[in-house]
Amino acid sequence: MLALIWIGIIGFCILMYVILDGFTLGTGIMMLFLTPKEKDLATSMILPTWDGNQTWLVLGMASLYGAFPAAFSILLPVFYLPLLIMVVAVLARGVAFEFRLKTKTAKVTWDYVFIFSSLITTLTQGFILGNFIQGFTETHGIWTATSYFDVFSIISAIGLVLGYCLLGATRLVLKTSQQLQRKMFRASFVLGLLLMLTIFIVSVYTPFVYPLVHSRWLNLHYIPYLAILPLITMIAFGTLMFSLYKKWDKMPYWSAVIVFLCPYAGFCISVFPYIIPYKMTLWQAASPDNSLHFILIGAIIMLPVLLIYTGYAYRIFGGKVNDVIHY
Amino acid sequence: MTELLSRIQFAFTISFHIIFPAFSIGLATFLAIMEGLWLKTKNPLYYQICRYWIKVFALTFGMGVVSGIVMEFQLGTNWAGFTSAVGPVLGGLFTYEVLTAFFIEAGFLGVMIFGWDKVGPKLHYVATLLVWFGVTLSAFWILAANSWMQTPAGAVLKHHQFIVQSWTHVIFNHSTWIRYFHMLLAAYLCTAFVIASVSAYYLLQQRHLDFAKKGFSFAMLVIIILIPVQIWLGDAAGVKDHQYQPIKTAAIEGVWKTQKGAPLLLFAIPDDSKQKNMLAIGIPHLASLINTHQWNGELQGLDSVPKADRPFVPIVFYSFRIMVAAGLLMLLIGLVGLYLRFRNKLYTNQWFLRCSVYSAPLGFIAMLTGWFTAETGRQPWVVYGLLKTSDAVSHVHTRDVIISFVLLFVVYGIIFGIFYFRYLRRIIRKGPSEMKHERMPFSYMSKKEHK
Repeated sequence: MLALIWIGIIGFCILMYVILDGFTLGTGIMMLFLTPKEKDLATSMILPTWDGNQTWLVLGMASLYGAFPAAFSILLPVFYLPLLIMVVAVLARGVAFEFRLKTKTAKVTWDYVFIFSSLITTLTQGFILGNFIQGFTETHGIWTATSYFDVFSIISAIGLVLGYCLLGATRLVLKTSQQLQRKMFRASFVLGLLLMLTIFIVSVYTPFVYPLVHSRWLNLHYIPYLAILPLITMIAFGTLMFSLYKKWDKMPYWSAVIVFLCPYAGFCISVFPYIIPYKMTLWQAASPDNSLHFILIGAIIMLPVLLIYTGYAYRIFGGKVNDVIHY
Repeated sequence: MTELLSRIQFAFTISFHIIFPAFSIGLATFLAIMEGLWLKTKNPLYYQICRYWIKVFALTFGMGVVSGIVMEFQLGTNWAGFTSAVGPVLGGLFTYEVLTAFFIEAGFLGVMIFGWDKVGPKLHYVATLLVWFGVTLSAFWILAANSWMQTPAGAVLKHHQFIVQSWTHVIFNHSTWIRYFHMLLAAYLCTAFVIASVSAYYLLQQRHLDFAKKGFSFAMLVIIILIPVQIWLGDAAGVKDHQYQPIKTAAIEGVWKTQKGAPLLLFAIPDDSKQKNMLAIGIPHLASLINTHQWNGELQGLDSVPKADRPFVPIVFYSFRIMVAAGLLMLLIGLVGLYLRFRNKLYTNQWFLRCSVYSAPLGFIAMLTGWFTAETGRQPWVVYGLLKTSDAVSHVHTRDVIISFVLLFVVYGIIFGIFYFRYLRRIIRKGPSEMKHERMPFSYMSKKEHK
């Protein structure tokens, strides 16, 4: 039970990270298509909540370390290079973001560092996700990903880029006005279509390649329940497109979040209860109960507080970004 | 080979990382004090000080966060044997660190840096205090975790995994408090020397005089008060080391054979192969006196354990001496500052101001060499006496570790080695904004509709 609660908390952290840092990463990538003035506006939107967003990644990893040390110790070495590249990209992105505010002459350079490190961070995340779904194999205590660097992991990487970009673009729609907003309306429309196409390919492809996913999704007993998920996706996608067409500013972002949530829920259903797909369940990887219990006390007290003040911080800096931030 | 490379990579990344949190802890404390003084006295000078140092704080904190993310991942990628064994213990402490401390810092940092005109002065001060609280508590969890690795307690090793028996004993293990306060003071002193250095630079240049005098006076006061306390704490930490890790003490003092009334070696070249010191210059009995607080106290020798269970002596030995030398130099600066203050020459003595400018790295040197002593002196154990470093390393390809190390080395070198200092220097060159010109730049998100 404790293990189940903890996988829930970690799942929630990943979700928060994907939504919050997801739009930040997406904005970073979208900056490739923006003018210098628009880039300043876009970064002004990200700036006040920047550190808070990344903290969810840190919490997710710390929880994985504390609650499922066996999984933490298998997954991280397996993805040694992709993860190292990802953290270096996260690092480069963080400092480029910081330094672009300080520099006098090299702003363009730092912006490119920011854009490409955002892109690489996203690609490696998608790549790891794509490999994760396909499962792991163990030989003499050494773990490896079953299929490394195949078509599926590349589609997954591209899908995540599109997804984050959509979140970023719709977030910009929500937070900006005039020229930049009009540009983002158009971009969101294209991104929405491309993302839907990718989700469709993945959803059709996955069950036929992975027997477990197949048995779960195309089981006659479950179909009535599981059909809800694609249905919600379609509705959210419809809302997204309609609100973009109608030029509403808040709706596109929230429907993009839901479009994002559905594949995530689908992913959770597909791999559950495995934490190392399809080899080790979350119960096998869990810490002893007294450790899970101890950290749960902290989580129960602090998570609501964290959510309240994350919300509060977003509220303080709510509203449209009209002017560029300086220190 | 993988182990050695992983160790070098870890040492490299954590040495870079620790600089930023330490500086952030010190600056957050400084800012909490200065903003408090501003609210109390309404003297705009304090406001100017806050606005200036908060720029440095923002830059530094950001570096700490990103280099910290590297650390977190690196634990798992390179030290899977360690994480799978200690996860139930240290994973818990790390989770608490993120939950109770890191989120608070990161969450309220935005308000602290960008919220000057978004929230009222009182609420802003609450944000500053919360950030201060967050960084200070963060350090506690990390030091508790590290101290547990030095003096493990409250957990037993079963089937390659530690099972906690008492969280109180894990968190408040034998060395937690002493090492925590030793680190906090180290952070304050590092920061005080930077503030003194920057202020002295302005005094020399005859710029921002009021601002610089306030900073210089405050930093010098902090230095002369904290240095003696820090030396006392360091001594107490040394006694703890001797009590729980006698072999570390032996490496620090260069004691090869168990002896009573061991001399304090001022200089020596410890020779690992001959198991003795060359060119030793020492003060009789002093090492025993310091470590045991007894004139003829016995120090256990390195030869009391097999060679495989000893640390590499020269690193421990020299790091410790550099730390002590830096500490004594800091004490000297503090004393001269005190003397000049009584002679009313603190802000005018050119020679002393110049020394202060160049003493900015002193605190960091002492802190880093102190950590080198503590961490290399613990070897070959990663959890002292229970888990060997060689069992902690991940089974990853040596080639991958070489790639990651080169990548990190280049990126860290460029980012922290060049650009952090370049932008820090730029902030310093530019100086604080004069009060009458102080813009209120944070109206960028005003509630008014866009025109």
